[in-house]
Amino acid sequence: MRDLVEILAKALVDNPDQVQVTQKDDERSVDIFLRVAPEDMGKVIGKQGKIAKAIRTVVKAAAVKDGRRVNVDIDQ
Amino acid sequence: MKIVEKSAKTAEEAIELGLQELGVKRHQVKIEVLEEKVKKGIFSFLSSKSAKVRIVYQDSPEEMVVNLLDKVCEAMGVFASFETSQKPGAFMVNITGPDLGILIGRRGDTLDALQYLVNLAAQKHFGERTRIILDVEGYRQRREETLVRLAKRLSEKVKRTGAKVVLEPMNPQERRIIHTALQDDLKVYTFSEGDEPYRKVVISLKNRH
Repeated sequence: MRDLVEILAKALVDNPDQVQVTQKDDERSVDIFLRVAPEDMGKVIGKQGKIAKAIRTVVKAAAVKDGRRVNVDIDQ
Repeated sequence: MKIVEKSAKTAEEAIELGLQELGVKRHQVKIEVLEEKVKKGIFSFLSSKSAKVRIVYQDSPEEMVVNLLDKVCEAMGVFASFETSQKPGAFMVNITGPDLGILIGRRGDTLDALQYLVNLAAQKHFGERTRIILDVEGYRQRREETLVRLAKRLSEKVKRTGAKVVLEPMNPQERRIIHTALQDDLKVYTFSEGDEPYRKVVISLKNRH
């Protein structure tokens, strides 16, 4: 799951080397934290969160097999 | 994108070495000469590496997109292969493989999200005009046929009962399919109402005066 967020984020930003993704696993849920360069925030959020929503949709689809809830947080 | 840096006696030789390593032709790459020193003197043969170049090879949009999709599918744990084809104003990638339901999602939600992200990534490298349509096992084609059949069937119902029919919420592409399917119908007309993402198509009887 972490890899998926990292691949998508790196494809969208101008500074792929500054993309950091961490994952916290729980019994029922997975929390993924995405961190990008400040000037790239818009590239992973988008107008009205449209890009962030698309990332979450794809990640949730990947998590269906797993059966756990996935949260993708974008950190400042 | 692949980048190599090479050093040699001359820039020309360094470029040649880089192109060989990448296995590409000169017109496919961008070349940047980082250093080029001309050392003269009797010991010049000792300072053999005095030119340094950077060669950047940019994949074609197709290669870049397929490469990205391949990584995404692998990370999602699905086995997939990709066929690309050129369409007017866009190129299409059809993803095939076993068990690709998760790539489609409910009513194509996941496929639409992935298509949106892939387009953003491609536009970043190749400009705004790059357009990519993703399909999974011909899903979009089948969905279009289903929507056209639905539109025809509901238009018959409207003609029979005289009451208007409101369809379920659809995205703009799907609503357009419904509008287009019924645009030449003499007895009914279609319009959309509500706000995204809950905008719905309404099929209604034309008033005859």
